Amino acid sequence: MDILGGLLQGFQVALTTNNLLMCVIGVVLGTVIGVLPGLGPPATIAMLLPLTFRLEPTGTMIMLAGIDYCAKYGGSTTSILLNVPGESSSVVTCIDGYQMARKGRAGAALGMAAIASFIAGTFGVLALMLVAPPLARLSLAFSAPEYFALMVLGLTMVVLLAGESLVKALLSMLVGLWIAGMGTDLFTATSRFTFGRVELLGGIDFIIVAIGVFAVGEVLGNIEAAKPVEMLPVPKGLRNLLPTWDDMKRCRFAFVNGSVVGFLIGVLPGAGSTIASFMSYGIEKAVSRHPEEFGKGAIEGVAAPEGANNAETGGALVPLLTLGIPGSGTTAILLAALILWGFKPGPLFIQDSPALFWGLVASMYIGNVLLLVLNLPLVAVFAQLLKLPAYAMFPLILGVSIVGVYTAAGSMFQLGLLALFGLLGYAMRKLDFPTAPLVLGLVLGDAMERALRQSLMMSQGDPSILLRPIPSVLLLLAAVLLMVPLVRKFNAVRVKVLDREA
Amino acid sequence: MNSFPRNADFWSGLALAALGAYIVSDAWKWVYMGEDGPGAGFFPLWYGSLMMILSLALVAGTLLRKPTAARPPAIRWADLRRALTCWAAFVASIALMPVAGFAISFALLTWFIVAVMARRPQPVALGLAIGGAAAFHGIFVWALELSLPRGLLF
Repeated sequence: MDILGGLLQGFQVALTTNNLLMCVIGVVLGTVIGVLPGLGPPATIAMLLPLTFRLEPTGTMIMLAGIDYCAKYGGSTTSILLNVPGESSSVVTCIDGYQMARKGRAGAALGMAAIASFIAGTFGVLALMLVAPPLARLSLAFSAPEYFALMVLGLTMVVLLAGESLVKALLSMLVGLWIAGMGTDLFTATSRFTFGRVELLGGIDFIIVAIGVFAVGEVLGNIEAAKPVEMLPVPKGLRNLLPTWDDMKRCRFAFVNGSVVGFLIGVLPGAGSTIASFMSYGIEKAVSRHPEEFGKGAIEGVAAPEGANNAETGGALVPLLTLGIPGSGTTAILLAALILWGFKPGPLFIQDSPALFWGLVASMYIGNVLLLVLNLPLVAVFAQLLKLPAYAMFPLILGVSIVGVYTAAGSMFQLGLLALFGLLGYAMRKLDFPTAPLVLGLVLGDAMERALRQSLMMSQGDPSILLRPIPSVLLLLAAVLLMVPLVRKFNAVRVKVLDREA
Repeated sequence: MNSFPRNADFWSGLALAALGAYIVSDAWKWVYMGEDGPGAGFFPLWYGSLMMILSLALVAGTLLRKPTAARPPAIRWADLRRALTCWAAFVASIALMPVAGFAISFALLTWFIVAVMARRPQPVALGLAIGGAAAFHGIFVWALELSLPRGLLF
């Protein structure tokens, strides 16, 4: 099927009443989640996932993807009005967005965030549509050794980019691999790490870990101390939300920068929207004719990162749908969802499930238009959500977490595990252990072990099978990436010694 | 003097080293390499060993790090107490569910968070607790027809 034919089929799927409704729900819910500080897309998607098992998968995927990309836009509202990022990807928007709001230009900043999100988000979907099918065809040549090497590379990039400490990120990933290994080994029927509990023979459901670490862990982290913040006024009327023609001209390069950087960073496993937004902001400042205005309310400082974090969504779906390799916590949950519904994300996904792939792509075009059309006039309404007291939100999140896990697993033992993983998520936040590598290790652990064991079975235990051209290049790349922080550290020590000697 | 016993990385490193040792000791009992290829112990032995090495590196890092004067305290006990109190209430509500059911346990959890932890007035706490439990029951049990934990009472 060619791209145009696929896209037409996709619009037929996405424009059905049910899927259009799911898209609207995803867009609105995503914006609400983005506006509310402390509740992110991974937690929301993890909580909602068990509740959507009985729904039709295409519509549900459309909704979940909508939550992901609209939350990134929603996060800009709090960044601009409160100087508090609703999402980590909106941190950099605080710098110039809040300064614009203080100068009475909150409307232009909010409007520009929506317009940049629309332009870059649409570019991201367009690039996904063009890149994914050929990449999927290329990866048809992959077998177990190639997949193992690809998963090693994916995990390596994640641990490199997930936090400040490489050791902590690696340890977090290894804990994820351990949890993934719990239960009955499918090759030999050996019970592993079950602590004598029958309930653990089937392993630990991914949903329990995701909801515990993200949702419950986030509640525990946010309940610590409430810091009152003052919200700047939202301008009334659509006219006051639209940037001027001069603003649009100033942001021409920012739109291109945000779109391209966001998409490319999204394709890289582990980089994520936060890095995309910071990188595009840095590039924008570096090439700007007025770099001195950055940090004081430059509108390009809002357009570039807000565009980048939306274009990243399209990029992140490329490795997820064509290789079955998620690059972030959110895409890891989406991968688990697809597997639970019986789909096989990977080289044959587009071929086997064209309605889902093209329906999702088309829905993202529609969702980006909805984002612009719905959110500009409703920004004042969404801003009112910031007045919702946190003490009312915490029981709500904990309640939905309990319902989600009980619906998926149906036993009190699993609710006990939820509490345990909630505590683990909180402890990881407190101790600066990144949570994304744990979730990725958990999602990829099983498939990675299977790929490694299948490879060694193919070669009768000879590890040189991993030295075939593609796996060896991928493994070499992973090794080089792991060396980067060590080289950087060595260089820092060397410079310090030279300084001391001088 | 190096203040490593007060350093959270030191203790988390030790805990993870113990976990790594446990993984290795268990994996040792399973087949490493059989006639058909790698056994159940193959993969855990590798990642367990790696976990031990890395966690010991984390511990060593805290021991060798030079103490700095302006180092912020690793843990703020008041914040930790609030989070752990909330977690204990969450665990208690789960433990209560086989007896009291979801609605009553959830209402009690909501009341505790709003009235005790957030120090809101009783009418607000009771309103949110009862209203929240009723809304959950209405949405999930009646509208979505999902089953929630049932107790002896409800």
